[in-house]
Amino acid sequence: MSGRTPVIVAAALSDYPRAPHLSERQHHAQALSRALGQCGLKISDIDGYLASSMGAESAISLAEYFRIDHKVIGGIGPGGAVFEWLLHQAVAHLEAGHCEVAAITYGSDLFTRSGRSLGTAGFYRAGDRISTAVQFEAPFGSTIVGAYAMAAQRHMHEFGTTSEQLAEIAVICREHAALNPNAMYRDPITVADVVGSRMIADPLHRLDCCVVSDGGAAVIVTTEERARDLPGKPVYVLATAGTQTHWNISEMPDFTRAPSAIAGPRAFERAGLKPSDVDTVQLYDSFTITVLEMLEGLGFCGRGEGGPFAASGALRLGGALPMNTDGGGLSACHSGMRGLHLLVEAVRQLRGECGPAQVPDCKIALACGSGGFLSGHALAILGNERP
Amino acid sequence: MTRQLDAPADIGRLPKAEIDGEWRAFWEGTARGELLIQRCPACGRRQFYPRALCVACGAEPEMVPACGRGTLYTYSIIRQNLVPPFADMVPYALAMVDLEEGVRMMTNVIGCTIEDLKIGMPLRVEMRQADEGYWIPYWRPASDG
Repeated sequence: MSGRTPVIVAAALSDYPRAPHLSERQHHAQALSRALGQCGLKISDIDGYLASSMGAESAISLAEYFRIDHKVIGGIGPGGAVFEWLLHQAVAHLEAGHCEVAAITYGSDLFTRSGRSLGTAGFYRAGDRISTAVQFEAPFGSTIVGAYAMAAQRHMHEFGTTSEQLAEIAVICREHAALNPNAMYRDPITVADVVGSRMIADPLHRLDCCVVSDGGAAVIVTTEERARDLPGKPVYVLATAGTQTHWNISEMPDFTRAPSAIAGPRAFERAGLKPSDVDTVQLYDSFTITVLEMLEGLGFCGRGEGGPFAASGALRLGGALPMNTDGGGLSACHSGMRGLHLLVEAVRQLRGECGPAQVPDCKIALACGSGGFLSGHALAILGNERP
Repeated sequence: MTRQLDAPADIGRLPKAEIDGEWRAFWEGTARGELLIQRCPACGRRQFYPRALCVACGAEPEMVPACGRGTLYTYSIIRQNLVPPFADMVPYALAMVDLEEGVRMMTNVIGCTIEDLKIGMPLRVEMRQADEGYWIPYWRPASDG
């Protein structure tokens, strides 16, 4: 490996789950400030900057706000998976020598601004005129949760997956949230609680859906060579990959085959690893079905076997593949686009900073984001040993 | 529950499509009671929603009538939607229908109860008028005559 091997040298969160004292920009800024503090770098060291294009502020306007003199700028809008996509881009730019230090930041005051605890409103309403392809969905009252619910219904039809199996995913996230003092919800729940909670869009119940919170994050990536002067042990980016199979749910080619089924094998091949090498997964849990289809797609279980796998106990701390060790979007924090939180938790696990939620002897962590309507999955495989 | 699923009572308040460009012919078709999809004269591929080019070969597709029969691919009963006119429509069946021609589209299944819904059930299209020149393709069980 050359000295341009990409490494993460800082990974930080802003205040969550409720942060009425922070605007969207302040979440970006607080997380970036904390990340800079971790690695001892300054704004003037950053020459690559990437952020989602779906916030109120763009990467361009945020770069101005931070006074980042960038050689590389990136901002795309594939929903919650954006940050694994941006890491994918940052790594390529670092390897190519286009920049030396890349920062990815995120901020959202979704809870404070929306005041709602559940994002189940439709996008389009009476009076709207629809000029995009959404005009083939909007008249039918499609909702975000409804899109995922249709995938879950089809998965149940094809493979016999049950609501109880999906509920296990929410229960495990809540168990892990109990170990996270910042998590939005920490009281234990049971499978019966999940399937007994109000039905939002059959077959998904209220507790199959992620929380709505405030929150932001920042990750700083550089080369192994540059990281030698910095404090702390670097986390290696072993592989990144992403796939987008559609945007609108009605264009999803197969409702039971998530895009991770394409991106996952590509990332494992690049890393020279297999699913059984992974010590912990941080998976985008917008809904329980998102995790279930992702587990199958990434190859942690066979196609259609996500239900029994979720119910096997493998995903809880102490199991073979502890998942969402901070409590995930289902219980801890989901401020709209959770992908960067996944990377931060993966890095914290690899640095051994997770206290009671620490996965013992954690060497390989996988973070997989999901965006839109099971539309795009992008993932990163990280390790704390030199590849 | 035996309530019949139906289009929203306030159908005139549905979000409206901008009827323009490559999508104009589709909406003009529904207004005539015709469900149109696309077929590529060069490679034969069928596609929906309509596009200005064939996603397989890049040639210009033509609009062709679909037979109006299909099967239920998947669905969800939407029990919470906070915005009008859907807030008053809940619970309703958001659904995907596989057309006999091999393309898939979103719809609401109407004309049956929630308990009647079964993945794979045969459906047929039924147009309902929402506004002047704006008709919505709903689907209902084909077995109800």
